[in-house]
Amino acid sequence: MRDIINLWDWDTLFDAFPSIFAAMWLTIGLTFACYAFALVFGIVWTVLRRIPIRPIYWLVTFIMNFIRTTPPLVQLILIYVGLPDVGIILGSITAAILGLGIHFSTYISEIYRSGIESVSKGQWEAATALNYTKFQKWTKIILPQAIPPVIPMLGNYLIIMFKEVPLASAIGVSGMLLMANIYGAKHLEYIEPLTIVAFFFLLMSYPSSLLIKRLEKKMNRRFEKKVGSSDNGKEVTAS
Amino acid sequence: MFILAKGLDITIKVLIGSAVFGYLVAFVAGFASLSRYGIIRKVTAVFVEFFRGTSLIVQLFWIYFVLPLPDIWTGIVAISLNYGAYMSEIVRGAIVAVPKGQTEASVALNMTPFQRMRLVILPQAVRMMLPEFGNYLIQMLKATSLVSLIGLADITFQAELHRSVNLNLGLQIFFLLLVMYFLLALPLIGVTRWLERISSKGVASR
Repeated sequence: MRDIINLWDWDTLFDAFPSIFAAMWLTIGLTFACYAFALVFGIVWTVLRRIPIRPIYWLVTFIMNFIRTTPPLVQLILIYVGLPDVGIILGSITAAILGLGIHFSTYISEIYRSGIESVSKGQWEAATALNYTKFQKWTKIILPQAIPPVIPMLGNYLIIMFKEVPLASAIGVSGMLLMANIYGAKHLEYIEPLTIVAFFFLLMSYPSSLLIKRLEKKMNRRFEKKVGSSDNGKEVTAS
Repeated sequence: MFILAKGLDITIKVLIGSAVFGYLVAFVAGFASLSRYGIIRKVTAVFVEFFRGTSLIVQLFWIYFVLPLPDIWTGIVAISLNYGAYMSEIVRGAIVAVPKGQTEASVALNMTPFQRMRLVILPQAVRMMLPEFGNYLIQMLKATSLVSLIGLADITFQAELHRSVNLNLGLQIFFLLLVMYFLLALPLIGVTRWLERISSKGVASR
């Protein structure tokens, strides 16, 4: 199969285009689904790690590190191929959302944590001094200050997620990559369809990364000013 | 676990190859992006944005079908170009982050540009790069699992093979596979921590 390397052919390109273009919506949809799952599941990790019992903290941290340092591809296969052994049968799309969602939720949770830790201690003490309930403290004081600075980082992970979603082709999700490979296997022309896929990825991720960079600059300026003014004009970057 | 270990040599070979060439690409592209010639900077920027903007798995298949390389080199080339592009930003950022006074002082000492880079800028910049390089090593280990998709017999491939003849053992096999990747990552995590300690020391390491 590999020996057949044809030269570039424009007809093949146009022939392969429709099926890949159609699959693009699945890739994009899946990206947002996985991302939403990761955002929500990231909250679960963050909350679990805040339980003030040491062993639970260690256990949760260990599980998070385990998930983070092992390949998402294997995690996907484990969920799709392994779970049916214990009677849990998932469709390939559900398995992809679960697998990639859980993998990236561990990274998202770190971002949440850094946001929460960036809220200065005085804010916590002030909230306590004002006799706020725990709920009020989080919704009125902590979260409104913890979330905005980390929005660019969260946006970055949306782009990273987009680039990881083609992994799901390994468990049979018919996104752009799988359609390109199917086309290639059928016509023995791989170069053109794969180039289309690469082009689509570049087309979507490059502008969005520029957008995030701009957002990051804007946020940095805003928080620098805010932090700086309360700190005798010293320049402090919110991190 | 022993059956999976058959693929260990491929996984480790791909990891070492990708790491060596990845850091090489990172330094070449990092320096090139700071070149005084606009054309070199532009070409580098296109290279970096291309490899960062498309996903590794797509690049792997693309290289697999376009470049007639032995399979193991396909994996190494794809991973090292992809991660090299990411790490070139670290190299560039670290060199830029060396305070300007250092450059001025070495100019005042009548050093040649090469001496300036080798003796003054790089020793300081490399220390800033080290922790990130360690993190990317773990990312590269994770990425080596992708080479199973192009038919290289790494540990993921062996696991799939083993599972195809033991259909009821899928969960155990793939869980053991995850444990194996974690065990492989442990020394890399150790290396990263060590690099972090080195770079946080206040004194120059030379």
